[in-house]
Amino acid sequence: MNQPIAFTLKPTSAPAVAVDSPPKMSARGVDVFYGEKQALFDVDIDIHRNRVTALIGPSGCGKSTFIRCLNRMNDVIADARVRGSITLDGQDIHDPGLDVVSLRARVGMVFQKPNPFPKSVYENVAYGPRIHGLAASRGELDDIVRASLERAGLWGEVAERLNEPGTSLSGGQQQRLCIARAIAVDPEVILMDEPCSALDPIATARIEELIDELRLNFAIVIVTHSMQQAARVSQHTAFFHLGKLVEQGPTEQIFTSPRDERTQGYVTGRFG
Amino acid sequence: MSAAANRLRRRHGAEWRFRACGAIAIAIAIAILAALLGGILWQGVGALWRTEILLDIDIDAGTIDPAGTRDPAALAGADYGVLVKNALRARFPEATERKQKRDLAALASNEAAYALRDRVMTEPGLIGTRLKLWVPASSDVDMLWKGVLDRDTLVDGGRLDADQVAWIDALAADGSVATSFNAAFFTGGDSREPEQAGIAGALVGTILTMAVTLVLSFPLGVAAAVYLEEFAPKNRWTDLIEVNINNLAAVPSIVFGLLGLAVFLGFFGLPRSAPLVGGLVLSLMTLPTLIIAARAALAAVPPSIRDGALAVGASPLQSVFHHVLPLAMPGILTGSIIGMARAAGETAPLLMIGMVAFIVDIPGGITDPSSVLPVQVYLWADAPERGFAEKTAAAILVLLVFLAVMNLAAVVLRRRFERRW
Ligand SMILES: Nc1ncnc2c1ncn2[C@@H]1O[C@H](COP(=O)(O)OP(=O)(O)O)[C@@H](O)[C@H]1O
Ligand SMILES: [Mg+2]
Repeated sequence: MNQPIAFTLKPTSAPAVAVDSPPKMSARGVDVFYGEKQALFDVDIDIHRNRVTALIGPSGCGKSTFIRCLNRMNDVIADARVRGSITLDGQDIHDPGLDVVSLRARVGMVFQKPNPFPKSVYENVAYGPRIHGLAASRGELDDIVRASLERAGLWGEVAERLNEPGTSLSGGQQQRLCIARAIAVDPEVILMDEPCSALDPIATARIEELIDELRLNFAIVIVTHSMQQAARVSQHTAFFHLGKLVEQGPTEQIFTSPRDERTQGYVTGRFG
Repeated sequence: MSAAANRLRRRHGAEWRFRACGAIAIAIAIAILAALLGGILWQGVGALWRTEILLDIDIDAGTIDPAGTRDPAALAGADYGVLVKNALRARFPEATERKQKRDLAALASNEAAYALRDRVMTEPGLIGTRLKLWVPASSDVDMLWKGVLDRDTLVDGGRLDADQVAWIDALAADGSVATSFNAAFFTGGDSREPEQAGIAGALVGTILTMAVTLVLSFPLGVAAAVYLEEFAPKNRWTDLIEVNINNLAAVPSIVFGLLGLAVFLGFFGLPRSAPLVGGLVLSLMTLPTLIIAARAALAAVPPSIRDGALAVGASPLQSVFHHVLPLAMPGILTGSIIGMARAAGETAPLLMIGMVAFIVDIPGGITDPSSVLPVQVYLWADAPERGFAEKTAAAILVLLVFLAVMNLAAVVLRRRFERRW
């Protein structure tokens, strides 16, 4: 059991990450407090385009807290306080000049439990473009909805059911609908907080394939408590423990030759 | 094994007893409700009918149109009561003493003259001819004919004398007494005379009062609930506000009446007895209930919906108005209609602002003096005339139907708003 888990990196057609290209997002010295309690300590990490960054670690270690910093969803929590710098294309996301609404349009998010709006499939996807005024006409909106559903791999299944409630789809379809909803506003980064934890293995496999395709166009951050999933879908992995980012690096290295013994313990299943 | 079987039997026994208790409780509740409704219906249904007397009236041109101009103003002001009296005297020429004549005239309601006037005004060609017309009988005759009171009670109580009873018998013998549907009950205002009293004034008053209450309390209550639930910071101040709202919901309604008397009538000088003030007072009373119901409905919307909206870049305001509020709407509507229905049945606070006054006219607007259904019930229940007893029961029926319609509206709206695709 102390052996590192079997690791195979699928060959992908995706462009390799240009290591010297500037990061899409970067976090430096991020601390997060819930009231008096500090949940994250001094986190530094870079998020790159065309790369899936996996955040792993035991539950309660602050993965969700961190991913929610990236699109400022922690603003919603009354007693949450974020310190440190997080930049998107070099611009501080806490800059008063940057509107949080436009930040969230650029950094989309998919949640643990599929949460489609209780509206039709069409309205779910059209909502974002509509409030951001991305479509000049009904025809354009139709095109955006269709393209988003296609990119989320859902079009074939819902083309005939656009007017049915989004909540009537299966769990896996709902989660892909949520991905389509996030894609529809044409974001640059997509954050996914345990997107498969409420899904069965087949739906999970479908989402994992989708993530691999989406990597071609977006920077993706995924929180997962499944190390197999991290190994399958990510190129870069960061291991969190007790609110600290313990170790990060190429996924293969984290799983085959972790430097920190806590990482080693976690990826070999000694705790978690 | 027998221990396990025993336990199973005991458990089944307990379950059976619990269900039996529940069924009995429901049966008792239904029986009481049925007795209550049945009693009211039994009493009130009589008010839907009124007794009428067929008179052969000589529409004497010399009496009502001495100038012969057929001028509508003159016709409207003429004395039709004399014609009704004359018709009765012609029918019973044996009534010659003053008292007898008075008693004879008392068989017909005052309303008879108005009925005749209305008929003549619409058909002036009748002047100078004889007309057979059904006119409303007085309340005592009504009570006798419907059998609400028997003739001994009426005679012993001095309500009718032996002559009058004999005359009614004579009229009845040739088919000149009958009951017909009492449409006037639904179109007329209050009256001192039981046979003339109608519910329309109070019904319109209640509708106007409720309209004011709805217009004031619904937007205010929903806005307050949305702010407190979705936007307000959670701190000591909002806690204090919340506690106060909960306390206000428990304040006896008469206190709101006193407040309304002091503030709306005393300070702002708004008109007494008006639906405007009634609506203001009932709004104060309904607001806390409405805010609590609306907050509960908002809190029941899953947070994941808000997250979903915010994550695609909706502003907090958009998230609330596009997603949360529509989802909470069925609950908010149900809560506010139930609150409104409670307000519609209130009497005490409206007594304080003078809505207990005797008002004959049907209100034409929210500043006209007016009564409301529950106060009308209170007034009629208090009236000594026996004829008001059935009116009271009928007014209760109208109030119950009004409340049932409101609750039905709550159900329909709920269905309509729930899952709107
Ligand atoms: N809204 C909150 N208020 C207070 N504490 C919180 C809140 N959300 C998370 N925490 C705490 O912060 C820590 C990290 O939580 P979280 O980021 O959800 O962990 P993970 O997603 O890795 O399981 C936990 O100790 C959790 O109890
Ligand atoms: Mg989490």
